[in-house]
Amino acid sequence: MQRIGVFVCHCGTNIAATVDVAQVAETLGKEPGVVLATDYPYMCSQSGQDMIENAIREQKLTGVVICSCSPRMHEATFRKTVARAGLNPYLLEIANVREQCSWVHKDREEATQKAIILGRAAIAKVTLNAPLVAGESPVVKRALVIGGGIAGIQTALDIADAGFEVDIVEKEATIGGKMAQLDKTFPTLDCAACILTPKMVDAAQHEKINILSYSEVEAVGGFVGSFRVKIRRKARYVDETKCTGCGLCTEKCPQKAVPNPFNLGLDTRRAIAIPFAQAVPKVAYIDPNYCTMLKTGKCGVCSKVCTVGAIDYKQQDTLEEREYGAIVAATGYRPISLEKYGEYAYGQSPDVVTSLELERLMNAAGPTGGTLLRPSDRTHPKTIVFVQCVGSRCEEDGRGKPYCSKICCMYTAKHAMLIREKYPDTEVYVFYIDVRTPGKNFDEFYRRAVEEYGVHYITGQVGKIVPENGKLLVQGSDLLAGMQPKIAADLVVLAAAIEPDPSARSLATLLTASMDTNDFFTEAHPKLRPVESPTAGVFLSGACQGPKDIPETVAQAGAAAAKVIGLLSRDHIVCNPCVATPNEQMCNGCSSCEKVCPYGAITYADKEFRMPDRTTALRRVAQVNPAVCQGCGACTVACPSGAMDLLGFSNKQIMAEVDAICR
Amino acid sequence: MQVNGAWQPTIVAFCCNWCSYAGADLTGTNRLAYPANVKIIRIPCSCRLNPLFILRAFGRGADGVILCGCHPGDCHYTTGNYYARRRMTLLFSMLDFLGIERERTRVEWVSAAEGAKFAAVMNDFVRQITVLGENKRLEDFRCK
Repeated sequence: MQRIGVFVCHCGTNIAATVDVAQVAETLGKEPGVVLATDYPYMCSQSGQDMIENAIREQKLTGVVICSCSPRMHEATFRKTVARAGLNPYLLEIANVREQCSWVHKDREEATQKAIILGRAAIAKVTLNAPLVAGESPVVKRALVIGGGIAGIQTALDIADAGFEVDIVEKEATIGGKMAQLDKTFPTLDCAACILTPKMVDAAQHEKINILSYSEVEAVGGFVGSFRVKIRRKARYVDETKCTGCGLCTEKCPQKAVPNPFNLGLDTRRAIAIPFAQAVPKVAYIDPNYCTMLKTGKCGVCSKVCTVGAIDYKQQDTLEEREYGAIVAATGYRPISLEKYGEYAYGQSPDVVTSLELERLMNAAGPTGGTLLRPSDRTHPKTIVFVQCVGSRCEEDGRGKPYCSKICCMYTAKHAMLIREKYPDTEVYVFYIDVRTPGKNFDEFYRRAVEEYGVHYITGQVGKIVPENGKLLVQGSDLLAGMQPKIAADLVVLAAAIEPDPSARSLATLLTASMDTNDFFTEAHPKLRPVESPTAGVFLSGACQGPKDIPETVAQAGAAAAKVIGLLSRDHIVCNPCVATPNEQMCNGCSSCEKVCPYGAITYADKEFRMPDRTTALRRVAQVNPAVCQGCGACTVACPSGAMDLLGFSNKQIMAEVDAICR
Repeated sequence: MQVNGAWQPTIVAFCCNWCSYAGADLTGTNRLAYPANVKIIRIPCSCRLNPLFILRAFGRGADGVILCGCHPGDCHYTTGNYYARRRMTLLFSMLDFLGIERERTRVEWVSAAEGAKFAAVMNDFVRQITVLGENKRLEDFRCK
């Protein structure tokens, strides 16, 4: 027999001014099963909560309905109240008579009637509520960071400093990411390597950090607190434990025509290489696409010169499976491919370069040793044109991205400034749509480029670039002057839009993390949970979530680390008890539920059932892992036999609400 | 539903917990008015809505049913509202078959920030149902 208590809150005058609370309590008191109905000025106050507690004890209530503000406001508060009185906290329902009644209706009679109906619906539902117990699942105290750029390194360092083990999985042979390729950084103009490489070394030497370079995540199973991750360690054909990084092999290798990916193909290297001088780990690897030994079986120079016998041509990919409590995606970005931008002559003339290529051309460790030279004839460019927003903020033509890439305005100002500083005889022109410099000391930086360094900023776009007699004829428009300037440039630099690393898409599928239409990872809440993905236990760091500069990336990396630390410092996590639950008698194992589950929470097990003829038979039935299920209810509707139901929002409960409202 | 001798439409609104229910709360916080005919049922996600719930509501005398969920792409559970959209498309053709006017059922995407949209949608929907009049098609007369 149900014994339900109804508590109607006045919320001062917030509810009572529009809803006749006494009448609501009186009417609801006559509902079947209700043994107590009362009203009180502030239910959430200490005395209001005491009143509820006492009533539960004295009246031996089996269910509680509170007509008050939104459950999003005080459901948690009242659940604790109910639990204190010894009643299961899920035997509580809240009728939202403030936000969805008294605040949106003016007529007192109508609002009162609606409050009564909402109360009835809550009573009808609470009658069918079952006591639920939130389960717990253990937390593996190790984190996985996917991506070893500045975002991943910073996240790993912060987590490790808090005392938790971290693995960094990096697909390249070294950590460092895009930042390692940069020359200087805005707005302070300190060199990227000088601030990044110490961090790389810190990560390598940290006793809690384990760097798995030249590796990729292949499969992810499990859930928050205990993910099981399969990591493919690609064969580098060099024993990582033996190689000392002396570099002798990289000098003696006879295969010299390998485009150097670190310098974006602007120069060449050998088939066995260390990515760059400060690489971490400083271990050579062989590119199997170019190595003569691996391709033809005839060479073996590197193995002969190696003094420690680290070369192993027979090395194979290996798979490792590890457990983690939390996963951080830090997969970063890359510039878009410019092959569709034929009008800018990229690919037709070597003197049309992207901004990232210019970074290498200006870097002391780059192909030109830091002297700015044209790639075509290795002469000094005297006139340089920068083209902004190549592919950014322009989706219409089907080639670009709808968003602003955010960093281009600032790095172009940096490039222009550095060039004018080093080569004052060089004229620098920048074609732009808008100059966007929100950030600390950013606008001052841009103004310096214009005012102190005399960089020519031209409002307008470039229509065409034509290679002509060793020069590049840039035809653009100057919207402010109303002219069509033609500039004969020696070098053209394109600020290519940035896009998420292509590995992000497949990783998101593995992690069941969501992505937006541009393949950036989606955050759990754009304002209030910016470093968490909607998937529990998966966090976001750096440009994989959206275009970012270095300070923002580092800040977000630290924030993601804080979230991971918060998770890993718990021994157990409490699960949401409102999860799907199958009726095994009714389930026919059809897999419809499994197909719609976004979390992979549903598996199947063969169970024995008694048949009508008293024999037993094995039948395949659905099993829900309550620690993985997030309680969306997609499976409950997909189930053709009605075997799947959602605790807390069961079919019967929702039907009862419908009936109460429509009666 | 009869109020003071005059017919008033009964409208059931299923709102997903993460977007539209929060949007409805915001409507209240901003004190934007909509008719009291609208009664909201909270569901965790629009994909929790079994089309049977809508038939049940029509069977029990609801004059209009509206489902509100997160905008496509914004689902808290990643893909729930896509399932809801597909199921509702199928339900619409079934309602056509049953002879229940298409205008009595509606799907709207309302985010947690769209309090004003929630009020506008509800005002419009109530007006539409009021014009359509009472829904008698699925009412079970034997229970009367």
